[in-house]
Amino acid sequence: MEILVASAVGILTAAGLYLVMRLRTFPVILGVSLLTYAVNVFLFASGRLTIGAPPILTDAETYADPLPQALVLTAIVISFGMTAVVVMISLGSYLGSNDDGVNDPLLDKDEDLS
Amino acid sequence: MSHWIILPIVLPAMLAPFIVLAARHHISIQRVFAIAGVLAQLVIAAGLAWTTSDGTILLYQLGDWAAPFGIVLVGDRLSTMMVLLTAILAMFVLIYAIATKWDEKGANFHALFQFQLMGIMGAFLTGDLFNLFVFFEVLLIASYGLMIHAGGNDRLRAGVQYVLFNLLGSTLFLFALGSIYAETGTLNMADLAYRATLIGPDATVGIRVAAVLLLLVFAIKAALVPLHFWLPSSYAEAPGPVAALFAIMTKVGAYAIIRVYTLIFPPNLEATTASFDVWLQPAALLSLALGMIGVLAAKKLDRLVAFAVIGSMGMVLVAISMFTPESIAAALYYIIHSTFAGAALFLIVDLVKSSRRSLDLVALPPVVGAPLIAGLFFAAAIAMAGLPPLSGFIGKLLILDAAVASGTQGLIWTVILASSLIAVVGFGRAGSTVFWKAKSIVPTQDHPQQGPHVMACAAIGTLIALLALLTVLGGYVHEYTIATSNQLFDPAPYIATVIETPGKLSTPTEGY
Repeated sequence: MEILVASAVGILTAAGLYLVMRLRTFPVILGVSLLTYAVNVFLFASGRLTIGAPPILTDAETYADPLPQALVLTAIVISFGMTAVVVMISLGSYLGSNDDGVNDPLLDKDEDLS
Repeated sequence: MSHWIILPIVLPAMLAPFIVLAARHHISIQRVFAIAGVLAQLVIAAGLAWTTSDGTILLYQLGDWAAPFGIVLVGDRLSTMMVLLTAILAMFVLIYAIATKWDEKGANFHALFQFQLMGIMGAFLTGDLFNLFVFFEVLLIASYGLMIHAGGNDRLRAGVQYVLFNLLGSTLFLFALGSIYAETGTLNMADLAYRATLIGPDATVGIRVAAVLLLLVFAIKAALVPLHFWLPSSYAEAPGPVAALFAIMTKVGAYAIIRVYTLIFPPNLEATTASFDVWLQPAALLSLALGMIGVLAAKKLDRLVAFAVIGSMGMVLVAISMFTPESIAAALYYIIHSTFAGAALFLIVDLVKSSRRSLDLVALPPVVGAPLIAGLFFAAAIAMAGLPPLSGFIGKLLILDAAVASGTQGLIWTVILASSLIAVVGFGRAGSTVFWKAKSIVPTQDHPQQGPHVMACAAIGTLIALLALLTVLGGYVHEYTIATSNQLFDPAPYIATVIETPGKLSTPTEGY
């Protein structure tokens, strides 16, 4: 199971980073979403991977660490909200300037003002 | 347990929804509540700073749960000083925003402003790394709204860059937190400080990765070169008062570095020795040099100030990267100074922008109220470049003095002194182009514009007066920052207060 989770985190991160470097808002937002999925799985795994164990302290020998699950919930909510915000802002930017590039425009608007 | 320490977070958290829900159509009511809220913040912050000035460590256990399991807020000299600094800055920025009617140009300025304050105050007061992340997100999401306040295509584009960069930073923060939790099993700062010392020399890989990842996150916030790329566009395109308030946001990153790397991963901790500290100082020196060269190279006044902020953050981080009590004390003094100086400069740029066709550094007809604005710019530029008589000079002296003991004195002195010279030339060139060369242009007298608002100038003037006060009372302030720094380098009382204060959990009932 470790190899499965680890490769999932790795592939998601790699794909996310690749998309982030596309520098157009739509792929970048998808890339950021993939990265947040990766980090959610990573956070979840930070409490060690256990199967079929009760989530809180009981008399059982092994138990699943409940804290990372709480952390992941918080992280999911926050990243969901942030993605919504960035979609709105980039949509506004795209509709306003008819350009979905993330970088500053290349042409230097250096009109002669004097 | 005193409840005062949670008020800087709860008060804006209550005020902001009230402003949105009850007063959204009445800008005057919003203004009254915003000003009242910030005034109350100021009083509370002053009270907290006074309480902790004798070395007391305030602890607030939310829900009365004991420390490693519950969430705590901790107020020591450093946090309360930063809270007070934020409250003072917020006051003058708010006065300026109201006087220049920036708050009317888009929806929900005051509510977002309060949420922003809530996030900043929370980041300074929290004693838990995950809560630091949560408060970072609170201050960021409010800053996204403030950043694109009043709209406009250029601003939205800069906003997209800003949001995306910070989203990546947040992801990195979560990766860092995950690795720390995997290595130590806790995210409470005091508990971490204890557990980090238990890590044996043969198993330091994870904690080293975590320490460096965390530093990367804070370096993004503090705009450390090469992670500074989000700053110039977003600060230049943000509305003037918002950019001025953002002057404290880079300091949140510096605060987090000071807090985490004196408490959890101090330089003498064996597990993380020679990991992050190897490259923090070179990067800081590079930021300082690049920022000040940017001041000289900038083609627009707003970019110039943004690069000055990068340079001043470089200066702060150079001081921090030496990790001695003297250098941290110098860094804290410089943090206070550069917050006020940066904010004053952004507000002045906004005044210039309001009556000038563009902010390009070319000769254009003089701005309205030029003598006054030029005088303010002159004073703020002196402060930012670190010339005597204002506080930038003292701050720089303290940093130079702290560098004497370090092994890299020659390099630090060279970079600081050379970059100061470049900054002086850069500011001199900008000021003379904008204010002096303008006299050679005959103004086209089509419509006489209104002069700058009195309250707006008063807000900027008071910020500069505070810089003068920081100079005159430099001895007292430096004594205080030394006391603060000594407290940081003796974390035992902090850890003991957080860990040993009993809460609900410490009295187990029978049969447990």
